[in-house]
Amino acid sequence: MPDDRELSNTHAGAQLLSDRVPGSAAFDELVVSRQSESLASDDILVKKPLGFLFWFALSWVGLVVILALIANLLPLPNPNYQNYSAINAPPSIHHLLGTDDLGRDLLSRLIFGARVSLVVGFVSVVVGLLIGGTLGLISGYKGGRLDSALNAGSFVLLAFPAIVAVIAIVAFWGHSLFKITVILTVAVIPLLYRVVRASSLSFANRDFVVAARTMGATSGRIVFREILPNVIPAAVSFGLITAAGVIVVEGSLAFLGLSVALPTPSWGNLIANGATNGNLQINPYIMLWPVLAMFLLLLSINLIGDRVRQRFDVREGLL
Amino acid sequence: MAKYLLRRFIQLVVVSFIISVLAFLLVHLLPGDPTAVILGPNDTPQNKAILLHQLGLNKPLWNQYTIWLTAVFHGNLGQSYLNRESVTHILATGFPIDLELIIISQVIAFAVAIPLALVTSRRPNRPVDNVATTGTFGMLALPPFVIAPILVAVFAVGLHWFPATGYVPFSQNPASNIHGMILPSLAITAGSIAVYYRLLRSDLISTLQEDFITMARSKGLSSRFIMWRHAFRPSTFSLLAGAGVNIGALIAGTFIVEYLFAINGLGYSLVAAVNQRDYLVVQGISLVVAIAYVVIQFFIDFLFTVVDPRVTRG
Repeated sequence: MPDDRELSNTHAGAQLLSDRVPGSAAFDELVVSRQSESLASDDILVKKPLGFLFWFALSWVGLVVILALIANLLPLPNPNYQNYSAINAPPSIHHLLGTDDLGRDLLSRLIFGARVSLVVGFVSVVVGLLIGGTLGLISGYKGGRLDSALNAGSFVLLAFPAIVAVIAIVAFWGHSLFKITVILTVAVIPLLYRVVRASSLSFANRDFVVAARTMGATSGRIVFREILPNVIPAAVSFGLITAAGVIVVEGSLAFLGLSVALPTPSWGNLIANGATNGNLQINPYIMLWPVLAMFLLLLSINLIGDRVRQRFDVREGLL
Repeated sequence: MAKYLLRRFIQLVVVSFIISVLAFLLVHLLPGDPTAVILGPNDTPQNKAILLHQLGLNKPLWNQYTIWLTAVFHGNLGQSYLNRESVTHILATGFPIDLELIIISQVIAFAVAIPLALVTSRRPNRPVDNVATTGTFGMLALPPFVIAPILVAVFAVGLHWFPATGYVPFSQNPASNIHGMILPSLAITAGSIAVYYRLLRSDLISTLQEDFITMARSKGLSSRFIMWRHAFRPSTFSLLAGAGVNIGALIAGTFIVEYLFAINGLGYSLVAAVNQRDYLVVQGISLVVAIAYVVIQFFIDFLFTVVDPRVTRG
């Protein structure tokens, strides 16, 4: 038996997709004509259990967040302390994950490095959602000139090679944690704007919104009380995937020496150090631990995002 | 259809024009200028002023932009401030490399993702589907800078199957050119496989519930025939849109792979030029990247009309 959940969603999804196909009014029409067919199946959803993987993913993210928060309280050596009598040491009771090419404790660097990845990934997406999401919510519901202008603007910004702009600005403005986070926040705003706008648009003329309008609700009330709750699942699941992407961008910046200034650990900095200078052959542990940690974190974030999407019926084409 | 494509084309030309302005502003509005890189940090302000005058960088911004754009329309993209290499030459050597990386990686991605999605979408949420779907989550979680060093350690350093670094031009030796591009392409293909598989799978699942599929089944057509002739084509909208976005991001977005494999592609040249404030190189490459993006979007729009001629109405 095919999955009902997948079916019921074709329409919102197809409509959202049409928004990714820039300015194709014709495509919208096609989508709308397909839309009316299967709204009926909306109410035969059966909630699927979240499953072992979801809880594993959630615990991994929780563990990383807690360790990063209480890193100062843990009995860890200073992440930047160079112990020259223990260079490239394998994992042992003194250094649970071993040490790097400068004799620094890898476990300590891994845990302190998590702070950078988490802050960069989640702060930029949360702030990006607050700004881009609010704009998207309003422009999707209101339409008109504001919507056309913002929509065209976001399309142009997405066509511009964002990574180039990020590198240029980071290289010349500076690469402190704060500045990197600000720049990446600005970079994700057009992306999140488009997702939220598309979702908001798909609810703008649904019956319950029309009913609220008929009863005399103000635009503000409709946007925040009627549309916002329906848009949140799409925003959260896409926001999680964006956060995973931003964490990867931090890693890429590290390879160009543009992540937080050394010797401050970040997962990107650790991986870059482990992958270059011949360290991969001499001491693979330097790269192994942060790669493993980042792999599990990205996997977990994507899995959680996907479960949110499934549970709340956000179609994949949107993501 | 011609009208639809013409309208899309005009929109895209406008977008690429705006992007040329943005690329220009990006390099000119950031603090600093190329004189510090060319003259070194300790030169006199007089020399700096003379150099700015020689490079035409003391003129008003709009004037510099029109001068540059006029030259561009005459086919002259200028030259690097640092080594006098012409921007056209940088593009001519770098662009084919990016193109080859993208083509090889995307061919692999489609060759893996499409058959996989066709198999798993027939029985969603069964073991095969669950394994494949979880596996693609794993691929999404492996960025190129993680895959590349591992590929090098295993296949280049360990097994000696492929070279670890370096680039041999295709015209010099096609076999060793492709041989050298396989590892870099593999490093960027994992993410694409995951995205394409997931988009196609979810579209196929919903298409397979349509009435015309039931009709085809009741006519007694074979599963394989239904999949390829009836279900596949109407299920490729998300896939095509996703491919457009993904390939667009790969042009000049492969710099990390180029850096790790020591290949002088467009992406890495662009990053290096940004760091050196080599204005004309940055502007030239950004412009070409933007135009390539626009051409890809246009091609995808064209494919939409092939997949479903109804998009041209209205």
